[in-house]
Amino acid sequence: MSERVVELEVLRYNPETDEAPHFQRYSVPCREEWVVLDALNHVKEALDPTLSYRWSCHMAVCGSCGMMINGEPKLACKSFLRDYRGVIRVEPLAHFPIERDLVTVIDDFVAKLARVKPYLIPKEVKPLEAGEYRQTPAELQRYKQFTLCINCMLCYAACPEYGLIPKFIGPAAISLAHRYNQDSRDGGRGERQEEIASAEGVWECSFTGACSEVCPEHVDPAAALQQVKIKSTIDWYLEHTMPWLNK
Amino acid sequence: MAEQVTTRRPYVREVPKTHWFLRQPRYLRYMAREVTCVFIGAYAVFMLVAIARLAEGREAYDEFLRELASPAGIAFQLVILVFALYHTISWFNVTPKAMPVQLGESFVPGWIIVAAHYAGWIAVSIIILALAGAF
Repeated sequence: MSERVVELEVLRYNPETDEAPHFQRYSVPCREEWVVLDALNHVKEALDPTLSYRWSCHMAVCGSCGMMINGEPKLACKSFLRDYRGVIRVEPLAHFPIERDLVTVIDDFVAKLARVKPYLIPKEVKPLEAGEYRQTPAELQRYKQFTLCINCMLCYAACPEYGLIPKFIGPAAISLAHRYNQDSRDGGRGERQEEIASAEGVWECSFTGACSEVCPEHVDPAAALQQVKIKSTIDWYLEHTMPWLNK
Repeated sequence: MAEQVTTRRPYVREVPKTHWFLRQPRYLRYMAREVTCVFIGAYAVFMLVAIARLAEGREAYDEFLRELASPAGIAFQLVILVFALYHTISWFNVTPKAMPVQLGESFVPGWIIVAAHYAGWIAVSIIILALAGAF
């Protein structure tokens, strides 16, 4: 198996000693099939045990290893070293505060996720003996794409709106709200609309589309947000032209 | 028990407020799409001017048409046309995201939705040309 040396430039920040982050360079002997995460693991194991970063599954499922690789939001476990030339610059996800090295503070995203109630709120609560909530394959298809989100937050790092206006609920959380709103078993749309149809919700989105371009699971959050905008607009017109419908 | 001292001091990286769109080619493409709306607006104003000249009578309108046929008038219309085309095409290309059509268990391919918009555009143009007596 062939081996080559890759130069990694990693943004380091130690809150106990550093005033500001700085880049540190590592030369990593790597194999053909390695991804950036393998290189970081090599640094941690063999060169510098103080390097901090998040990872878990190494198979693009857990969504932990999102970081900026050459300025692009990527999962480190899905970014092959062989696809890069020259020095590879690795930084923590953009738009999130840096906790330490490549670890970001994600409290803001987690709080927003909770606000949109990303869980099934049954239309009618049935007793257990009444059996399962059934759904046709077509009804499943309606929202299936949006279930693939792994909460990796690459879309937040790509979204210029979130970078400029941090109160924006953002692509992933609104896409997950849309996923449940589209579910035939769900009756919680009214509660979620309070959050996502507000100024901090979809109306902060100006459809740059960067979220969908970087999404490693092809969820297409930009599509979800535009669909929420259209449905919210229809709601508004119905409410103002046919008020009797709201009774 | 010793008091626990927190060492958390999150570092916030500032986003440049004025030139953020220069950081990424995709941001620049987005800004290009958005900026073209200025030219659409300019053309709307131009149409209002045309109607005002028409209201002033035949002489004023003929003079207006002569101004339009001048090199500056033609250049103005060509510039507007280029930006209007960019605006229209870039928006038509993203319509499948906003308006997916589900038939049974599958979605209608995006290109059909885009093509339907172009077909609508052509149909409306033909109707307007017909009303204007072009045929």
